[in-house]
Amino acid sequence: MSAQTASLNPAPKSEEILIRRIQDGESELFYDLIKPYQQRVYATAFAIMRNESDAEDVAQEAFLKAFKHLAQFRSEARFSTWLTQITVNEARMRKRRGRSSVEDPMTEHEDEEGNYTPRDFADWREIPSETLERKEVREKLAEALAKLGEKYREVFVLRDMQQLSIEQTAKALGISAAAVKTRLLRARLMLRDLLSPGLGGGWSSRLLFAKGNKPW
Amino acid sequence: MVVSCEEVWREISNYLEGDIEPGLHAAVEEHIRICKHCTAVMAGTKNVVTLYADERIIELPAGFDNRLRNRLEEHIRPSRGTYLGWMIAAAAALLVVGSIEVANSAPYATQELRLPHAQPGKNVPAQMVVVVSDDSKLFHTPGCRFIHDKAHERNLTASEAMHQGFTPCPRCLKKYLPDVAVFRPVTPDVGELVRLAPVQSAMH
Repeated sequence: MSAQTASLNPAPKSEEILIRRIQDGESELFYDLIKPYQQRVYATAFAIMRNESDAEDVAQEAFLKAFKHLAQFRSEARFSTWLTQITVNEARMRKRRGRSSVEDPMTEHEDEEGNYTPRDFADWREIPSETLERKEVREKLAEALAKLGEKYREVFVLRDMQQLSIEQTAKALGISAAAVKTRLLRARLMLRDLLSPGLGGGWSSRLLFAKGNKPW
Repeated sequence: MVVSCEEVWREISNYLEGDIEPGLHAAVEEHIRICKHCTAVMAGTKNVVTLYADERIIELPAGFDNRLRNRLEEHIRPSRGTYLGWMIAAAAALLVVGSIEVANSAPYATQELRLPHAQPGKNVPAQMVVVVSDDSKLFHTPGCRFIHDKAHERNLTASEAMHQGFTPCPRCLKKYLPDVAVFRPVTPDVGELVRLAPVQSAMH
């Protein structure tokens, strides 16, 4: 987690200097500037595109666009937010062009203004982070995320996975902070419902048992 | 303040974000303490937030970094005319000039390092009549006993002989050659030995 935090928040001072040098013509430094953001940009692209090859294309394209428009970047904005914004735009554009055939199952019966009622009340014990060492669990989490409607996925990925603030998420997506909060709540509750059969029971108790703790 | 289950669900996100006013916060906690369903929803949602914060959920595909670098290199040309660029060009030019200078400087260029008989006969009088023969690359004073193949010897001037690639005989023309004492093989390094080798073998 600390590595993640560090990678998401590179020393702003050195980043500012890098950006200025690239703007002044040292374009070969661009890779150094964007290296810490590879995972963030890819994950954002993946959250919208929902498949690896499109996500990679979008990520590469977003980096190239960022380079092309770096002269327009103003230091009062955060570079990470700016980059995320470019990625979201690129992914949305690509999606519109290709009109994905995969429907968003959980966009049905959605009423953003209405309340979301949880469907599953299975009690979850605390899930230890070691659970994520199992590929099967990571895949289940990715699958559940892919089932969310696009507007919920976008908000959830930026806020809960990329750790952007509510305001940064709102800015990157071009929506209000209130809309971010509403969508975020729904995304979290929907994911919980989607994951309950596994995480509410099976996986975590199997893991606890495997670690030598009696699950009873 | 008493809150319903619906109100708790509506506030779960704000509660987890710490973005909730104290009165409501206390009411939610009180509700959760007695409501099993809301405890389950709260705990599950908290787990969702914690688990998805791990960046391993969406991992970069293998080779992503390389492919990105290649793509960037295709589109981003290194800057021209920057200070660094000029410094690199200047350093490269200096290296070339420097190498030439070093190659021309001692010990590689000093004639003293060559064997006396391999010296061009620059001190031999140009018009002096000398003798050469076909199976040797040396030129001699007439009558030198070291002339090979005397049956095919011919006369010419020292200048002509040198022009044709002949070098002075180290015996009969010794007085025109640099004194052997001038020859200073200052512990030749490997490079010098390599350079000397063909000359020495030509002697035998």
